[in-house]
Amino acid sequence: MTEASLIVSLPLLAAVVTAASARVARPVGLIATAANAALAILLARRVLAEGAQVTHLGGWEAPLGIAFETDGLAAVMILMAAIVGVAVAVQASDDRTPRSATDPGAFWPLWLATLGAMNALFLSADLFNLYVTFEILGLAAVGLTALTGTRRALRAAFDYLSAGLAGSLLLLLGVALAYAAAGQVDLSVVPALTESAQGRISLALIFAGLAVKAALFPLHFWMPAAHSSAAPVASALLSALVVKAAIYVALRLSLDGGIGAEPLRVAMAAAGAGAMLWGSWHALRADRLKLLVAHSTVAQVGLISLALGVAPGAADSTLWHAAVLLMLSHAFAKAAMFLAVGRIAEELGHDRISGLNREELRPGAAEFAFAVAAVSLIGLPPTAGFVGKWVLIEGLIDRDAWIWVALVFAGTVLSAAYLSRVVSRCLRGGPHVAPGARRPQWRAGDVAALGLAVSALLLGLGSALPFALLEITVT
Amino acid sequence: MSDLLPLAILLTSLGVAPVILALPDHWSRLRTALNLGAATIKVALVAWLSMAVASGADFGVGIAIAPGLSLELQADALSVLFLALSSVLWLLTTIYAVGYLEGGTDRSRFFGFFSLCVASTVGIAMAGNLFTFLVFFELLTLATWPLVVHRGSAEAHRAGRIYLIYTLGGGLALTLGTIWLYALAGDVPFTPRGVLGDLPETHRASVTAIFVLLIAGVGVKAALVPLHGWLPVSMVAPAPVSALLHAVAVVKSGAYGIMRIVYDVYGVDTVQALGLALPLAALAALTILWGSIRALRQDDLKKRLAYSTVSQVSYITLGVALISPLAAIGGLAHLIHQGIMKITLFLAAGNFAEARGVKTVSAMDGMGRLMPGTTLAFTIGALGMIGIPPLAGFVSKWYLGAGGLDVGQPAVIALLAGSSLLNAAYFLPILQRAWFRPPPEDVVPKRGIGWMLVAPPAVTAALVVAAGLLANAPFSPLGWTRFIVSLEYL
Amino acid sequence: MTTDLVYHVAGAGLTGLALWRLATCRDALRRIMALNVLAIGIAMVLLASGFDAATGRTDPVPQAFALTGIVVLVSVTAALLALAERIGGRSND
Repeated sequence: MTEASLIVSLPLLAAVVTAASARVARPVGLIATAANAALAILLARRVLAEGAQVTHLGGWEAPLGIAFETDGLAAVMILMAAIVGVAVAVQASDDRTPRSATDPGAFWPLWLATLGAMNALFLSADLFNLYVTFEILGLAAVGLTALTGTRRALRAAFDYLSAGLAGSLLLLLGVALAYAAAGQVDLSVVPALTESAQGRISLALIFAGLAVKAALFPLHFWMPAAHSSAAPVASALLSALVVKAAIYVALRLSLDGGIGAEPLRVAMAAAGAGAMLWGSWHALRADRLKLLVAHSTVAQVGLISLALGVAPGAADSTLWHAAVLLMLSHAFAKAAMFLAVGRIAEELGHDRISGLNREELRPGAAEFAFAVAAVSLIGLPPTAGFVGKWVLIEGLIDRDAWIWVALVFAGTVLSAAYLSRVVSRCLRGGPHVAPGARRPQWRAGDVAALGLAVSALLLGLGSALPFALLEITVT
Repeated sequence: MSDLLPLAILLTSLGVAPVILALPDHWSRLRTALNLGAATIKVALVAWLSMAVASGADFGVGIAIAPGLSLELQADALSVLFLALSSVLWLLTTIYAVGYLEGGTDRSRFFGFFSLCVASTVGIAMAGNLFTFLVFFELLTLATWPLVVHRGSAEAHRAGRIYLIYTLGGGLALTLGTIWLYALAGDVPFTPRGVLGDLPETHRASVTAIFVLLIAGVGVKAALVPLHGWLPVSMVAPAPVSALLHAVAVVKSGAYGIMRIVYDVYGVDTVQALGLALPLAALAALTILWGSIRALRQDDLKKRLAYSTVSQVSYITLGVALISPLAAIGGLAHLIHQGIMKITLFLAAGNFAEARGVKTVSAMDGMGRLMPGTTLAFTIGALGMIGIPPLAGFVSKWYLGAGGLDVGQPAVIALLAGSSLLNAAYFLPILQRAWFRPPPEDVVPKRGIGWMLVAPPAVTAALVVAAGLLANAPFSPLGWTRFIVSLEYL
Repeated sequence: MTTDLVYHVAGAGLTGLALWRLATCRDALRRIMALNVLAIGIAMVLLASGFDAATGRTDPVPQAFALTGIVVLVSVTAALLALAERIGGRSND
């Protein structure tokens, strides 16, 4: 299957080209991002038509070669990254958007490397591949964090990188122990791991490593600073996609029976619930817009982790399908939100929430995009967030898991509370805006933010497509 | 083609909403043309649809969202009742709002959300299952919030916050109830006489709890006591919004939700068997009295009207909860009757404020002489509310009373009498001041108001008279509700 | 058997020490050192688990894992040092 090989190699090749020549970085980056989106669509169509596929890179079979497995889940994630990527690239291609104090071309190679690594990660069929792609992704993501070159961004990048390294070392140890217990690193050995004590320890270590990378409470300490001090385009990628990569791996492992170990599942769900409350509390108290959005990611990752923790595994697909839908919804809405915040801050010159009521500035398209994205994140109909929460809660009620239902509802109320802090300020008007107040000009960034926010809204109506793809998942 | 008619009706407002939102504020001609064009087309389409439904046609169109979950639009006799109300009043309110907001700020935002609000109402009317109903019901909350805070003042934002807390809280209860019901019974399509009749006895407690959640959810919008607190507060909104919120979109969606839940989800027999009818009727009776008593003490004209809405909307709930065909006819007809009467009152009140700056009952002295046309419209609305024959309100109250006797609850007659007395007690002083007292010396000079403000209340006042006088005509609200009730009770 | 256990215990001990230092220390250089110690501890556990005392043979795959870990460690350490150096440079701004 050529799409699978292309979708990994094309972004990585383009990353090399854009790194080599800053002059062509922007056109090459844009074309590569668009081509990646086209490939993602082709890939999804192929999976829908022909079912899951295995590709051996360069014709080499295991154990020497690298095998890519393309199934519905992988296709959904690749599509997600491709769509978010297009919007982010559109905003980044606007020359007037300040991205980096040092090197305006640095964004493109980092973004393309992130994209290539993510695509490879989604297609990986063994634990070791997952580990390697994770490392490439991690390094590119740190580069994105440090892009603005400010002291705060550098410090956040440092914390991010050291936390990420600790996480991946735990992951490596887990993978190695898994090998020692089962004799191979294919994802299919995961069920056998739950049998022995050593296997369970290795799984716990892998999940601890993933939790650091996914910023799952209480291992999220590095994340709000990193996501709130990076450039808006970088924050959008980090929050919407990079964090999802770790969740995706956790989902893969749990589908293969990995969190069949009951204590691990409960720990994931409990950590998720803690994250929802902790993240929401900090978002309620945040004084800067980007910090609020970053803390909201902590809370939303918690919700997804809760859904994964309560999901009993591959045999019963309702709950993990819900988790994937929540991941999609969060990816679109959160990326839209960061892009919108970037534009708002650009117009205002700051991102303090109390200073949003500027009399000489009318609310513009970016603020509207923020509001629409907020509707998705809260999970109001007809968004994908709503459909995801619906499926999740229906599944929980089916299992009489009322405590989790209550927690999901509490998280929803809290998200409505902290997001309405901002949205109500987006609706300023009437006599409280000066008569000659200007309205911000439309920019590429507004189009990108609004486009993503509206896709999050419409995805709810089109949820049948991701559900159909998820049915074709190899477990 | 005709299967797509419900979709076309939805799109006439859902489709224009984003276009209007994106228009620059000063393009008022194009915006008005879009608004009025869409509203007129919608009225025509609804007229076509009601003819078809009357001749027995079925409409249904839907898309699958997730396994076991689909959005379905349908059109039955009950949908047509609500559709006709919202499409006709949307047209009139749009004309009024164009005149009212002339020269104001943020008009594109206002009319965009106004259209979205009507789109949600139409979606609620044509929802084919509980899920679809929920989707549009929540969309209505979102679409009305920017309208409530439109003026942008601190007071408006406070009102908006209270409005959101109430409606989103209700939305959560409704969502939980709906999901729970789907988990128990699968898809819940709206079906005459309900779908829960054959649910096993073991689910009795769950089904009762779900009923409470659902009614609490829609009860917020229907302003059932004690969930009515948002309604008087949100009076800070501009007059056309108050008219729309109180006469059509929000409170009626709540009342309509109660109808759908009792008739087409549970079925009257199941509600009766679960022993839920009497508590609901008692709650409605309490709301009728409480709203009227609170209305007595309001000097602010719009607040008095708001408490009157709290009271009057519960006639609809009462008609549903009494489980008698006659009472049901009264309640359903009141959905229309209260709508046209209340919108007349609100539009007239808006004109008093616009032309003379009159916002309180105590400032109404001599308005009959100063603004005879508007005061006449107001008077017709008020007399209708009290239930003076032959106006629309009398017809509803007559059938409600007959229904009460029918099920052996003569207390209903006492309730209606008491409530009508209270109605008279808070409306007649206004009329007395307006017609029989001289205008004050320092009367505010009249600001000119155009035909766009004068005509809509005149038309709705004429409708109030017609709905009463021509109650026996086949296409009158009463005639149509008889048709609906014959489907639910046969 | 005992030598095997010694490596396991020592590796686990180093890992624990390093994680504790990472959690408690704010100084950039010390954190980088702690990460390196963490990697060495993990590498020791890996190498020890690859050795089969009964046959006296070693399995190459854990060694490959350890090698990959070291490569990642070196590159990340370089990146961390560069970042730390820049942060230090910026403090005079």
